Amino acid sequence: MINNRQRREFLKLAGFGGVVFASSLAGFPRRVLADSSAAAISPQDFHFVQMTDSHWGYEGPNNPDMQVTLPKAVEAVNNLSLDPDFIIFTGDLTHTTDDPYERRIRMKEFKQIVSKLKVKNVHFMPGEHDAGLDFGTAYQEAFGDTRYTFEHKGVHFIALDNVSDPRGLGDQQLAWLETQLKTLDSAARIVVFSHRPLFDLFPQWEWATRDGGKAIDLLMPFANVTAFYGHIHQENHHMTGHIAHHSAMSLAWPLPAPGSKPKPKPVPWNPAQPYAGLGVRGVTATASPVAYDLLELPLAKGANAS
Amino acid sequence: MSSPRVFKLKATLSAAKIVGLAVVGIGLAMLAVSQSMSGGERVIKISAERYEYSPATVTLKKGEAVILELTSEDRLHGFHIKELGVRADVLPGQPVRVRIVPDKVGTFPFTCDLFCGSGHGDMSGMITVTN
Repeated sequence: MINNRQRREFLKLAGFGGVVFASSLAGFPRRVLADSSAAAISPQDFHFVQMTDSHWGYEGPNNPDMQVTLPKAVEAVNNLSLDPDFIIFTGDLTHTTDDPYERRIRMKEFKQIVSKLKVKNVHFMPGEHDAGLDFGTAYQEAFGDTRYTFEHKGVHFIALDNVSDPRGLGDQQLAWLETQLKTLDSAARIVVFSHRPLFDLFPQWEWATRDGGKAIDLLMPFANVTAFYGHIHQENHHMTGHIAHHSAMSLAWPLPAPGSKPKPKPVPWNPAQPYAGLGVRGVTATASPVAYDLLELPLAKGANAS
Repeated sequence: MSSPRVFKLKATLSAAKIVGLAVVGIGLAMLAVSQSMSGGERVIKISAERYEYSPATVTLKKGEAVILELTSEDRLHGFHIKELGVRADVLPGQPVRVRIVPDKVGTFPFTCDLFCGSGHGDMSGMITVTN
């Protein structure tokens, strides 16, 4: 059980410049954790951390500090005042390579780095850079299944694979999802993880899942569903009906806002502001009311909140 | 990206099976072409191979019906002409034909919209429609 003091401690974010980043999102069913008047804590409440898009193995101008960015993020998470119950990596753990041998090397190196995480309850998911060229073969060798479920303190977590097949989830996975959901009550607390957005955020940039709408349709009868994803290298929040979708910052380089540029080329690295736009996300799940409080935790020193 | 090359034409529609069907877009009529289809329409072959299309530029005449025959030399690729509402999946060994009748002039880029590797973001070509 965690108490309000511990919750505030979690927000001290040692290693993240000591600043709480609590996004303000009018209309979204969420609260600001930094507010100590937040709802009472119950034994079912817990924290987890989302890390995404580390692109380990990339070398180039988009991030000249790639060798230290992921280790820095690991250290920052280890320095949180309150350990999360678990950590989820939502894909693009490694940067794509056409060489299957090199792909496996990168995955091995990635695993070595994240093995330094103090919290050992860590879940992984593939992005298209990990799994899109070999239908997830190397990924599965290194990390196991590309889709799975787990439960934690009454929340049903569902990890969907919308990258191993570049065409989308596929009928087989949708049938699998339907089977998983059949066991749940309509009031069940459900969290869905995916790499790409399940909805059409900006299909011209492939920021979508072609058959993601079918998954959303399957989830729609459930009252308490929240989705977390990566892929777009920035924080974004979107509602499909009552389902909230939240993307998180990358650990490699930021990308422009959806549709704001002709192409989704990385935002140029700024030596004056290294790590700007990079970070991880802390989430506090509360059972009553059902809510997920999001904290965007920037890697850049001195990054400020709004 | 390959340098522009002149596309090949074929007078008949005998070879490929239709394995994909794209979407009808504004300004173009696009239909799946069956093996039984016949008659006088140009077949323009476009092959896809990481990370380029060949030819990368295609010139069409406004109002002329043509068949685009899409093939892949290596792996799954996409073929997407956003402005024309055309898209198809292109698998090795499974040619896809799409019929288009451009009714407006202009230049229309086509891209691979299925992740295919490190050069995926630059895999594109251009259709030019003239009077």
